[in-house]
Amino acid sequence: MFEPAGPQAHLILQLWHLIAWTCAGVFAAILLVLVAILLRTPRAPMPAAPDLSTTDKAEPGPRRSVATAVVASALLLLALVVASVFTDRAVARMSLVDAVNIELTGHQWWWSARYINGPVSDTFTTANEVHIPVGRPVIFTLKADDVIHSIWVPRLAGKKDLIPGRTASLQLRADEPGVYQGRCAEFCGLEHAFMGLQIVADPADRYEAWAAAQRRPASEPADAQALRGRELFLSQSCAMCHAVQGTTAGAQHGPDLTHVAGRRELAAGTLPNTRENLQAWIADPQKHKPGTNMPSTPLSQADLSALVTYLETLK
Amino acid sequence: MRAAALLSVLAVATALAACEREARRFETTVPSPGASAPESPRVGALQPATPQQGGVKLSTVSQGPYEGNAFAVNQGKRLFRWYNCNGCHAMGGGSIGPALMDDQWKYGSSSSAIFASIMQGRPEGMPSFGGHITDDQAWQIVAYVRSMSGQLRKDVEPSRGDTLSGGEPEVARKPEKPRPADPPPQPPVGSR
Repeated sequence: MFEPAGPQAHLILQLWHLIAWTCAGVFAAILLVLVAILLRTPRAPMPAAPDLSTTDKAEPGPRRSVATAVVASALLLLALVVASVFTDRAVARMSLVDAVNIELTGHQWWWSARYINGPVSDTFTTANEVHIPVGRPVIFTLKADDVIHSIWVPRLAGKKDLIPGRTASLQLRADEPGVYQGRCAEFCGLEHAFMGLQIVADPADRYEAWAAAQRRPASEPADAQALRGRELFLSQSCAMCHAVQGTTAGAQHGPDLTHVAGRRELAAGTLPNTRENLQAWIADPQKHKPGTNMPSTPLSQADLSALVTYLETLK
Repeated sequence: MRAAALLSVLAVATALAACEREARRFETTVPSPGASAPESPRVGALQPATPQQGGVKLSTVSQGPYEGNAFAVNQGKRLFRWYNCNGCHAMGGGSIGPALMDDQWKYGSSSSAIFASIMQGRPEGMPSFGGHITDDQAWQIVAYVRSMSGQLRKDVEPSRGDTLSGGEPEVARKPEKPRPADPPPQPPVGSR
């Protein structure tokens, strides 16, 4: 949040600074006045009887200093409200010319992203790792599959909720290339903490190359080990929930695995995507992410190795 | 006095029993059947994705571990939709496939009979899911299917769904007494 990488995060940071410094100033002023009053008040000696002389007098009306402070506070609060409204307007008025359209759906506990730009034949789906081009606005259409989620990528934009049965939208732009961490920001069940999202901002040419690669179906396995892995993928329980474009696996209940080997992380930011981690994850997902909807599949060591070899070819 | 003590003991016992109602275990509860389980032939001709060769292993236990666990029954309800059971059985009322919320059971209403129907498949369209879904998930679906006609305890049956659905929740339905299915109607004798 303190290192904004886009125009909206920048505006939000400016507002944050304004509010934080104004409130800090007011707090300091109140403390100073309090200290001054304490110093100025005459101290009575300990054994003296309490001074009750003023108790039967009417309370004095508001003094000028109190009235001034009330008016000043009200004006400051009003100024913060106005600043907030103007920031919100500026955030909402970002130019959306030539925007990239992505439909982002929250699931327990992962994200699916469908790129819906251009003709329908250009549509493709990926999961948990969203690439965007630097300098071009992105319109996320937000949906939820099961419960309420919320997306927050602090270096790019504010939070927005994903609510089942409703469609929200979030616009943002990344002005510098980089990997921006996102999180689910609304408690959504047991593995809420392991519902990470990575937004990868690439320069235009690299983004286009990535998108073109994502549109291609999975490559044909080259060796016998990988072929055996594909056969296992399609004849065991994997194909019941996952999709690999170009094969008969087309279910949408788990992340699309067509290009899983090209991603940095597994299971929505739970594990780095390495061969050992992939193997350990498939062998017992409940050990790494207790409560996840992925069951552990009973496979022999040789079969598991073949399956992982196949998944590693899905670049 | 004595009655009050007895009542409070009863109340505490009931409350403690309720703790187990939604117990979640984060490991596979049912181990896959080993070599000891006999292999049964597949009965359904259909299989999801790429068909597996050979028969299926049925379970050695007669009842799944989930019929008293509300959480697992709800997981079964989710899987019923995920694995497209509702594609043929609708939300229990039946369409291409038979209804599951009534009292008629063509292939048996016991847990192990439903488990076998899911794993082996049945003639005329029920796919064989043996090897394609884990035993653990199959038992969750079995528990949910039994809840559809009120065969489980009231406190375990689902009281709501995650999707829009017009029907009454499982817990509000009248329990049905399972019986064998009616024979299919025969054409009248002598008709052309």
